[in-house]
Amino acid sequence: MPYELIDHTADIGIAVTASSVGELFETAAHAMFEQIADTRALTGWRRTRLTVSGIDREDLMINWLRELLFLWNGRQYLLKQARIENMANTELTARIWYDPFDRQTHEILNDIKAVTYHGIRVEKTDAGWTATVIFDV
Amino acid sequence: MELVQIDPYRWEIKKSGAMQVPVRIYSSRALIEAVKKDETFRQLVNVAQLPGILTAAMAMPDMHWGYGFPIGGVAAFDCGDGVISPGGVGYDINCGVRLAATRLLQEEIRPRLDSLVNALYQNIPTGVGSTGKLKLSNADLKQVLKLGSPWVVSKGYGEAMDIEHTEDQGCMTDADPAAVSQKALDRGRKQLGTLGSGNHFLEIGVVEEIHDPVAADAFGLAKDRITLLLHTGSRGLGHQTCDDFLAALTRKLNTKGVSLPDRQLVYAPISSCEGRQYYQAMACAANFAWANRQVLIHNARQTFQQVLGISPRGLGMRQVYDVCHNIAKFEQHTIDGVSKRLCIHRKGATRAFPPGHPDLCTDFQKSGQPILIPGDMGTASYVLAGTHRAMDETFGSTCHGAGRMLSRKAAKKAAKSRSLEKELAQKGVITRWSGKSTLAEEMPEAYKDVTEVVRAVEGSGISRIVAKLKPIAVIKG
Repeated sequence: MPYELIDHTADIGIAVTASSVGELFETAAHAMFEQIADTRALTGWRRTRLTVSGIDREDLMINWLRELLFLWNGRQYLLKQARIENMANTELTARIWYDPFDRQTHEILNDIKAVTYHGIRVEKTDAGWTATVIFDV
Repeated sequence: MELVQIDPYRWEIKKSGAMQVPVRIYSSRALIEAVKKDETFRQLVNVAQLPGILTAAMAMPDMHWGYGFPIGGVAAFDCGDGVISPGGVGYDINCGVRLAATRLLQEEIRPRLDSLVNALYQNIPTGVGSTGKLKLSNADLKQVLKLGSPWVVSKGYGEAMDIEHTEDQGCMTDADPAAVSQKALDRGRKQLGTLGSGNHFLEIGVVEEIHDPVAADAFGLAKDRITLLLHTGSRGLGHQTCDDFLAALTRKLNTKGVSLPDRQLVYAPISSCEGRQYYQAMACAANFAWANRQVLIHNARQTFQQVLGISPRGLGMRQVYDVCHNIAKFEQHTIDGVSKRLCIHRKGATRAFPPGHPDLCTDFQKSGQPILIPGDMGTASYVLAGTHRAMDETFGSTCHGAGRMLSRKAAKKAAKSRSLEKELAQKGVITRWSGKSTLAEEMPEAYKDVTEVVRAVEGSGISRIVAKLKPIAVIKG
């Protein structure tokens, strides 16, 4: 999925591009978990549904990634896949597939501690959609 | 945005546009060039626009690009029309440093250093998602949040002297656990007594140089003696608390139609219900961080005694001090001859109270407050003392460390096909680490020259160098 890492002095960020806004949010979720763990080892054998809201698209992106990051930081679950089912400007519903963390099989790459508002950008372009997010690591 | 040099250690950006106050930068010729390449100055200009900010938005010589506030930032706000900002404190609330000195000489522990480091690595949980051995009930956790270090000391984790030699005696009294979310409690429950990851560390060092013998004596530091330095904070509990309030205050400001130069600078008026709630929750996270460092130093003390087969008296591990460098606090300061209670934000900056300050314990009344400045893992760390000039100019604040210079990506690139473990061993530093790329990301070149940073704060008069510590073993998360 198309995303690039952004260089920040103390932290890391992602610049994501997608053809639709739903795909943009799915890719951002995937990009965040690719920084946290080797997601190839995940099977996504557990699933659930999430509903997230925000005051605008940028806030929605932050809150979406926040909820997913809490799965890791708060519950020790690693995301395999996310599929946006309903998408509006300030609310989304998604189905997600994840694995509970297992020290024996899952390799942790980076400790992403928070999703920041700093430099947050979610924009429609001629070619589709782009987003920039910086994480606290 | 023009940067004007005032003297060898001070620069200023004049007030313009929406800025309420100017920007004042403490740095040196050698340090300031690297900062010009990133967003630090823009971030300071943004901070200078916040309501109720007083005197200047300031940055210390270890400053670098953060999110919202820059790292190394200091900002004071009027309690009447000023604001409190979770982004001005940072995610790791009361991230801080604790230093202890021992009676041991380097030659006494060198033969056992490998075993000691291995035992510390075993006994001190490190790395991503690490959990502590302490199992806290809900009621216990709330006691930790309310009472901080003194509560864990009352349960046997440390000595009364540790509390005396801790900023605020290890407890912010306005803490109210009811202001902390269930998510934050859940994240903190298993993490008391853990080091965490990233730039957090435990370092065994030796006192290499004494610059101020009288202050060093007051701090309990003697040349060639072994020291223990810890750097960690409030772990997931602090991060979740910051995040919860960033989300809530973003919604609140939106209803009021306030626009911000950077959304991470979201705030609440100090006197508002939300402002009070954030402060009470932040104080809980600060207390958790102090308790965390208290449990860690206790476990390290016990490990030293077990591995070296010595008594507490033989080890003589005495806490020098514990400082926090991500915090907002209400303090009394004088502006234009008028004493006022202000809300001081220090984000990657350390309190630097002068001799005679009423908040310092008797031991430090003549020397001024001990200030702990960790450097990179291969070079040095410093112990400084607070000054009257800091009280007059920077709301009693100074630098907090070396400050990052390279991004993590750039550090990993620079570390490629090198054995940093061997390089550090050749410099006499044993390393243990848990994260896959921790050693590369935290390599010495990733940081500014800590000696240049402390020279700049001494040169500007906002701190005095007391002692230099040389690392001999480092455990990184």
